[in-house]
Amino acid sequence: MNDIASTPRPRWGDRRRARFLVRGLHLDIPLLIILLVLTALGLVVLYSASSQDHDMMIRQFTRLGIAFAMMLVFAQIPPHYYEIWAPWIYGAGVLLLIAVLLFGDEGKGAQRWLDLGIFRFQPSEMMKIAVPLMISWYFSESPLPPTRPQLIKALVLILIPAALIIQQPDLGTSLLIVSSGAFVILLAGIPWRYVGSSLLAMAAMTPVLWYSMHDYQRARVLNFINPERDPLGSGYHIIQSKIAIGSGGLFGKGWLQGTQSHLQFLPERSTDFIFAVLSEEFGLIGVLALLTIYALVITRGLYIASIARSSFSRLLCGSLIMTFFVYAFVNIGMVSGLLPVVGLPLPMVSYGGTSMVTMMAAFGIMMSIQTHRKLLSS
Amino acid sequence: MANRIELKNHIREAHLFNRRAVTAIVCVLALFATIIIRLVDLQVINHEHFTTLSDANRITINPIAPTRGLIFDRNGEILAQNLSAFSLDIIPERVTDLKQTIERLASLIPISEGDIRRFHRHRREEQPFERVTLRYQLTDSEVAKIAINLHTLPGVEVNAGLIRDYPMGKLMAHVTGYMGRMNVKELQHVDESNYRATRFIGKTGIEKYYEDTLHGTVGYEHVESNALGRTLRVIKHVPPVPGQNLYLSIDSQLQRIATRAMKGNRGAVIAIDPANGDLLTSVSLPSYDPNLFVTGIDQATYDQLRKSIDRPLFNRAINGQYPPGSTLKPFIALSGLVSNKVRINTTSFCPGWYSLPGDDHKYRDWKATGHGTTTLHKAIIESCDVYFYDLAKVLGIDTIHDFLAPFGFGARTGIDTSRESLGLLPSRDWKRSTRHRPWYPGETLITGIGQGYTLVTPLQLAMATATLSHKGRGVTPRLVYATQSTRDQILHVRPTQTRRPIRLSRSRDWNDILGAMREVVTSIHGTAHVINRHETFPIAGKTGTAQVFTIKQDEKYDAKELRKRLLDHALFIAFAPIKNPRIAVAVIVENGGHGSSVAAPIAREVIDAYLGGL
Repeated sequence: MNDIASTPRPRWGDRRRARFLVRGLHLDIPLLIILLVLTALGLVVLYSASSQDHDMMIRQFTRLGIAFAMMLVFAQIPPHYYEIWAPWIYGAGVLLLIAVLLFGDEGKGAQRWLDLGIFRFQPSEMMKIAVPLMISWYFSESPLPPTRPQLIKALVLILIPAALIIQQPDLGTSLLIVSSGAFVILLAGIPWRYVGSSLLAMAAMTPVLWYSMHDYQRARVLNFINPERDPLGSGYHIIQSKIAIGSGGLFGKGWLQGTQSHLQFLPERSTDFIFAVLSEEFGLIGVLALLTIYALVITRGLYIASIARSSFSRLLCGSLIMTFFVYAFVNIGMVSGLLPVVGLPLPMVSYGGTSMVTMMAAFGIMMSIQTHRKLLSS
Repeated sequence: MANRIELKNHIREAHLFNRRAVTAIVCVLALFATIIIRLVDLQVINHEHFTTLSDANRITINPIAPTRGLIFDRNGEILAQNLSAFSLDIIPERVTDLKQTIERLASLIPISEGDIRRFHRHRREEQPFERVTLRYQLTDSEVAKIAINLHTLPGVEVNAGLIRDYPMGKLMAHVTGYMGRMNVKELQHVDESNYRATRFIGKTGIEKYYEDTLHGTVGYEHVESNALGRTLRVIKHVPPVPGQNLYLSIDSQLQRIATRAMKGNRGAVIAIDPANGDLLTSVSLPSYDPNLFVTGIDQATYDQLRKSIDRPLFNRAINGQYPPGSTLKPFIALSGLVSNKVRINTTSFCPGWYSLPGDDHKYRDWKATGHGTTTLHKAIIESCDVYFYDLAKVLGIDTIHDFLAPFGFGARTGIDTSRESLGLLPSRDWKRSTRHRPWYPGETLITGIGQGYTLVTPLQLAMATATLSHKGRGVTPRLVYATQSTRDQILHVRPTQTRRPIRLSRSRDWNDILGAMREVVTSIHGTAHVINRHETFPIAGKTGTAQVFTIKQDEKYDAKELRKRLLDHALFIAFAPIKNPRIAVAVIVENGGHGSSVAAPIAREVIDAYLGGL
């Protein structure tokens, strides 16, 4: 009681100053709050998944700090500037991707990093934002929906970086970049019959691709589609993660009580398979909580997109938030055995920094779209 | 006005976007609902099932290595087999103190520093839940010592495995090649999960070339085990599919005879069936014991093999590149007949040397006094160099190159084993692009007697002889004539691959050359007359002598050894019988001196043994 009495009661001026601070920092408060809740939940799960490894927690905190700082920086830049810079950022990104293939460092057998002396940089991460920027800019230059020649040009713009990233090789990121571009195209309002016919065309291409492959490549594709076929490789992960999820039940085994994860039966439990730890320890209730948070983030993102001022902002924001959804859906689908194993992290929960920083930068852009609109209207 | 259109578009676009956004949110929720249904299925409906799996027992999946296919010779004698042996393995994840465990094990059975180093190297390449071998080939008493202490050593296992064995040792080393532990680089070139239980891979020879055929398909079992890793129950068992057996065309008895005939000399012997390209022998000497490599050769022995000036690891039969010397003369002579520059009885005078107009360099004959008046027929029998200098000059390098190429000189024969050398058939273009110099007329002359730039592998020489003996009907050589899947035991014979035949406008040109080659052996003046005594089967052939040009500056020999190593290489090509030849042979004896005395008797021994039914 004494404590409360001793703290000075907030006065009108303070509240106004607080509101100004938030507005001056261009933060979208609802989105920020959901993201903070998500981050907190992620840290709780990671603490258990890492077997209470304090070093890992400190590193994760540092990354989160950097990621939120990125968000803050990106929120300050008015959407107008993104529009102007879009082609330049895209062009620079493609050049960097080529540079990676020529001079890149190899880490874990794949060439993804560019050593800039002081720090190492992964240009494929940058493309996750640069591609939606570019396509949104390109479409918003002329009236929507885009015409057929425009669509073809847009597809080329998407496929160039995707092809370069596949060379590294990084299939997961490549698919994400294609889907981020595809979301811009879908949101730009192309007729559904185009979507349908291109899906049909893809299905028709599959046999051609299949017969041009080597036997061992086919085996890899089959394992990719059905991991149970390869119980010694990716199938091991899936079998163990299904046991972890299933044994969690409705209410879970309790925090730090997951046997699958703590007896080390679950591989990659702090990174790509962290969802299995959450499911084992917090059960279906924990999963529903996480999905609710994700749904809130996505709804807020789409809301920001739909009330945005320009076509460019709408398309960009919509594509970025849908990419976030793809992350979440593909990861959970993979861990629960619904989808093939693709190396994508669970957004804001998995241990690891690069993709988190990119994601928060994207949220920064969304906040910029939201808050600068407000400033304009007031 | 323009502004209004902008505005209208803007509203229309906003509406369009909003409709799409609504679709998007519906899709998102639908997909999330799918996930929820899946999780309800896993966590509520099948909860009991997974709890059982997770509770006391856990499932591990053990890969089972397929049995590697065996290698037989053409008579079914075994060349490579699998012997069972025990290995001491550790699963690092299950061990609390690795250093202490290894020390304990070392106090029970001998474990060398090298074993420990190798163990740690392999451990870093594997997942922590995968077993890594600490020692191979445990003896029975060592197995017993570990077994009684196993309950105090969690994460330690003794496993029975198969080790490759080559019962013929040195005799077949260059043919079969050998296996060794798979390294990271090799792992990247195979289907990783198929090799999950495999530790060894073919490194050279047949073992490497037929790796996919020999390996088979991995099997696995789902095993319920307790937290200490002990197996409680096998839930599911998928047996591995063994690799296929290979039947080689090599006759190991003939191989033994050829090796013995070489009398400890360095060199190579190739014998082929010209009708189908079957390699009957492929000898390269000196050789090595392939069994040394299987579980890992120790560094000292390896260095000794690698650095030996005799180069035992080098497969001379397919990688040795030698000047063909006079064995090329029948081919040059045929080229002369075909291009109508000479007839078989066209004469020329041999004073013992030859020179080009305007050049005082003397190209010498091996017989300093000369052969006198010589026909082409006699030039082949007595191996007259001067006749061939002149013939080569008349033909020119372009004609020679274009005529020899279809015999397979300077090109891979396409044999089914790893890393065959190319040899060299020089041409104007070749010299311009590699040496950046024009072709000089003098070089044509020495090409005519098989010296200069021309290089052949013993296999190429044997194949060219086979093609010659069958009057242009060439085949691709093969080492494996049949594969056999272990499931149905049926032999699948590989079909003979024929090359594009060499057709001549006058078929008697063939007979002229083959007849002259017969007289190389039968004529009293023939260079291979030594092998004509007490002849059992009619042999035709051609001797050759290849000059040894250089000795490396930094290598040290005693004088006698040096003289020996500067001796010419002796060559001999032969086939028999004359009509429908059934065997063609190429012999190279390094530093053997003249082809007639050393190489020809070896060829005769091989031919006699083969045609005489061994």
